Amino acid sequence: MNSESADTKALEIRGLSKTYGEGTVALRGIDLDVDEGEFFGLLGPNGAGKSTTIGIVTSLVQKSAGSVRCFGVDLDRDPALVKRQIGLVPQEFNFNQFEPTEQIVVQQAGYYGIPRALARQRAETYLRKMGLWEKRNTIARMLSGGMKRRLMIARALVHEPKLLILDEPTAGVDIDLRRATWSFLEEINAEGTTVILTTHYLEEAEILCRRIAIIDQGHIVEDTDKKTLLGKLNVETFVLDLESAAPESLTLDGYTHRLTDATTLEVVLDREDSLNAVFDQLSGQRINVVSMRNKANRLEELFVELVESNESQTKTKG
Amino acid sequence: MSSNVVDNDSFSERMRSNLIGLQTIVIKEVTRLIRIWPQTIVPPVITTTLYFIIFGKVIGSRVGEMSGVTYMEFIVPGLVMMSVINSSYQNVVSSFFSSKFQRNVEEILISPMHNATILLGYIAGGVARAMTIGTIVLMVSLIFVETLSIYSIWITFLVALLTAILFANAGFINAMLAKKFDDIAIIPTFVLTPLTYLGGVFYSIRLLPQPWETISRFNPIVYMVSAFRAGIMGDRLNSAAFDIDLGFAFGMIVLFIVVLFSLTLWMLKRGIGLRN
Repeated sequence: MNSESADTKALEIRGLSKTYGEGTVALRGIDLDVDEGEFFGLLGPNGAGKSTTIGIVTSLVQKSAGSVRCFGVDLDRDPALVKRQIGLVPQEFNFNQFEPTEQIVVQQAGYYGIPRALARQRAETYLRKMGLWEKRNTIARMLSGGMKRRLMIARALVHEPKLLILDEPTAGVDIDLRRATWSFLEEINAEGTTVILTTHYLEEAEILCRRIAIIDQGHIVEDTDKKTLLGKLNVETFVLDLESAAPESLTLDGYTHRLTDATTLEVVLDREDSLNAVFDQLSGQRINVVSMRNKANRLEELFVELVESNESQTKTKG
Repeated sequence: MSSNVVDNDSFSERMRSNLIGLQTIVIKEVTRLIRIWPQTIVPPVITTTLYFIIFGKVIGSRVGEMSGVTYMEFIVPGLVMMSVINSSYQNVVSSFFSSKFQRNVEEILISPMHNATILLGYIAGGVARAMTIGTIVLMVSLIFVETLSIYSIWITFLVALLTAILFANAGFINAMLAKKFDDIAIIPTFVLTPLTYLGGVFYSIRLLPQPWETISRFNPIVYMVSAFRAGIMGDRLNSAAFDIDLGFAFGMIVLFIVVLFSLTLWMLKRGIGLRN
């Protein structure tokens, strides 16, 4: 991340609203800032307004009100300049399924004004990085799902954007490929590209993003750095794997707990609780713990908490 | 990772960038035209060859002369223009609607290309197909007519070119507004084909009784077919056979192009049929 350029906003969204033709309100005046060099996560349940926000920023959706600035350039005043700075990896495959892989990437470069010879060089660079160079002459529809996702990443990078937006980039991708994609995204972010990611995999957001916004029902319900956000988590559930079957007399005074099977114990801890105290009580009962893990991703617990809270507030207002 | 292409923002850089964008769309469209030649090139050539055989040879021999030339000679320019009109329209409507349907139109919509560049690129693709097929049909006609001398290559070429531009643009509008594949067949079936068949391809509109002759003059295709025929036949046609004034025909075609082009740019700016 370029810490020296942290004052420059890669994206500034103010009062952004969107009401679709049939009356569906997708965004209700959201404000959002993304610093240059940031790895930013935009999370939210289905229909929360994530894709609409991305659609407006990338000029695929027309806003109803508000403003969008990208690296200081107003989208309304100079859309071409804003577009040149953004690369988009959409949620759904949107390339011509009947064209060869390399042609798709070279064409995209051409749309951004990159001369053909340079476009071919760049296509080779990014197809190689995505492990697709051997498939350069393959018709896109013959690629596997994971390859198609990587093709869309190569296509989005070919004009070397300053801001890369990925809408669910690892949906339906196996774990090895997902981790390879994460590693690649971290690499290009380290080289200075600002990255905005929407994802359903909260583990993905927790690993990659330094700043996270949660959007729900067209409102931003949280927008802060990951550490602060996780600090708001009030309770956490741990799963303890026991060495041998726990006795029926097992007790943990002061903690909510349950045995899911003879050797698996779930314990719910408040933020201020210490795990040592739990271990002390278990040791006192001669119960040995062989391993431990979070029951759910920490961000997932918080996400559910925030979204449920927003829904109940909306119902109360309604 | 920021690119020098992004950082350089002068007017000339933007023009250069748009020219490369235009070139890219044209290459894409011509590649598509060549890749699916059994769909794009062969059918119109077969159809017009059948017209030459049925209307020119079989029926035409019984019709005798029309406007001072043999019936076969008379229908050659009309059939070339019919191919030009249908090919330019079909190429753009099917290519752009397929892009919409597969959503790869988004590749273009998120790019910094000017709307006029996008439109010109697709029109160029339509013109490439129309001029290719028009030339092939003209060559096929040599099998059926003894000689084919062209009175004015410039009039002939310009009329065909402008007509191809006009109908390629019309096809683009149809594709923008279409929501399903049926929608791209409605205009060709219910508007384009009747106007072409009634546009003087097979007869001079002067042969029509009133009020049909006057009504026919409201059909823009009449002007295109007649101007093209004049370009090929020239003074071999009876002066009375000129259905239209050549200057008026050119003016009319250019006016239609300007109106449709401006309308399409306005539609693109509003994102009609493309952006939510």
